Amino acid sequence: MSRESLEEMARLIRIDIIRSAYAAPGATHEGPALSIADICAVLYFEAMRLDPQNPAWPDRDRFVLSKGHGYQALYSALARRGFFDLKELETLRHLHSILQGHPDMRKTPGVDATSGSLGNGLGIAVGMALAGRLDRKDYDVFVVLGDGEIQEGSIWEAAMAAAHYGLSHLIAFVDRNGFQSTGTVNETMRVDPLAEKWRAFGWNVEEIDGHDVSAIAAFIQRARCQEGRPSVAIAHTVKGKGVSFMENNNKWHMSGLTREEMERALVELGAERGDAA
Amino acid sequence: MIELGQADPRVVVLGADLSDSTRALWFKEKFPDRFFSFGIAEQNMLGAAGGLSLAGKIPFVCTYGVFLSGRAWDQIRTTICYSNLNVKMGGAHGGISVGPDGATHQALEDCALIRVLPNMTLVVPCDYYETKKATIAVGKMFGPAYVRFGREKTPVITAPDTPFELGKAAVFREGSDISLIANGYMVSQCLLAADELAKEGISARVINLHTLKPLDREAIVKAAQETGAIVTAEEHQLIGGLGAAVAEVVAEECPVPMAMIGIRDQFGESGSPEELLKLHGLTAGNVAQTARKLLARKKGR
Repeated sequence: MSRESLEEMARLIRIDIIRSAYAAPGATHEGPALSIADICAVLYFEAMRLDPQNPAWPDRDRFVLSKGHGYQALYSALARRGFFDLKELETLRHLHSILQGHPDMRKTPGVDATSGSLGNGLGIAVGMALAGRLDRKDYDVFVVLGDGEIQEGSIWEAAMAAAHYGLSHLIAFVDRNGFQSTGTVNETMRVDPLAEKWRAFGWNVEEIDGHDVSAIAAFIQRARCQEGRPSVAIAHTVKGKGVSFMENNNKWHMSGLTREEMERALVELGAERGDAA
Repeated sequence: MIELGQADPRVVVLGADLSDSTRALWFKEKFPDRFFSFGIAEQNMLGAAGGLSLAGKIPFVCTYGVFLSGRAWDQIRTTICYSNLNVKMGGAHGGISVGPDGATHQALEDCALIRVLPNMTLVVPCDYYETKKATIAVGKMFGPAYVRFGREKTPVITAPDTPFELGKAAVFREGSDISLIANGYMVSQCLLAADELAKEGISARVINLHTLKPLDREAIVKAAQETGAIVTAEEHQLIGGLGAAVAEVVAEECPVPMAMIGIRDQFGESGSPEELLKLHGLTAGNVAQTARKLLARKKGR
């Protein structure tokens, strides 16, 4: 897909995030979904080998949203890629919906792993990549981690294991938006120096602009050429990206949306009737 | 494990630096490509087991029960059980008879932690042959399963051809006055206690409730109705263990007098297995004595 098409897809994902947030009961996680919209657009519309008609295809690339609270971006990408009808986005978090409050592989077509309890996704991805190697398959396993999430020790257990087993088919992103649930990462529990930490654990590390679709795609291409070690991008992002009053305002880590806020956000994102979910 | 590995190439084994102690190294020698060392890092090991199962493998994870059920409980709950993943867990060193290593290594809460999880199968085999059958049986079923092993050499009370069915309690001895329901090592003690009671003219039924989940409610109700009194015995905390599981069924369906033998809301300590079992009242003599008292209560009703 061209750069322009990927940027357009990221814009549509952001519109879906706002619309599904408004349709959902109670609060949803707008900020942490908006920050990964571009990464999800590149993964699902450029990088990943998929078949929406056959979500369980054994040779597909896998995606684990380890920061499960970014679900709104994932659900939109899956719907727009054809795993289920876009109309389902309106049922987000409703009783009996296929779109649960956090990603659920048993309820949502295309979700490769259940997540929501932070710190677990990288270990799951390690297992998937090990199995791929054992079976001599060439699929890649992608993971998106939160920069607050990596405070969990289990992430570093998995980081160690991925390097120990030289899992070059494992490609991760740290969504470096600088915020977590109750405040900034720096005041809650510093994770710096980030690139150095991953390097010290034996990973191929790059720092990229997490909102530049070309940079994201180029990183994935280089990561795919790596041999004998996993890759991670420290993706510098803005929490709430794309909606001025949500950017870097941690109220939108998780919040309900008034009709007026929803309409303002959609105007900023250039939403038209045709973009409707 | 080796038999399973030979029969099914999807079987892989994961260990956390205790693979010598848990004998998982025997599998590694036979199938070096299908054994994965995860270091002293249980959380990641269980997550990776989930990932391996999602890619079609049948992972067997083996380490000490305290660490398996305690350190990695969230991964067992949210990654494995919630998504009903096909991961098998072997929790070694269950019970007080772990002995000299002391309280830190004696798994006395593992069954409670595991039993509460939906989709889980939990088996506490009574001896060598049953452990082998249980391991093969959970390998053949789909879904998460946990098998609890002891450490000490346990009396062999079954034979290679003794029937074993997951989820189906086994009546090891018929009886009509009282039922002794146990799992693990305590099954052997209940059989000895039944011998002792028989000499006094008391007919005790001995039930091996090896599968704690799914629970054989029918066998428990039948025991309550036909014998009118139940003693349970386990090498585990009374809170949340076998006794509690039996009591839940009895209270709901057929209340009869009950007494429970197990660890009474306390931690263990170092000592020889025999000393510790005696200290905590986990002997055949204790089972017999508890049965006598319960029978008096039953008659006094």
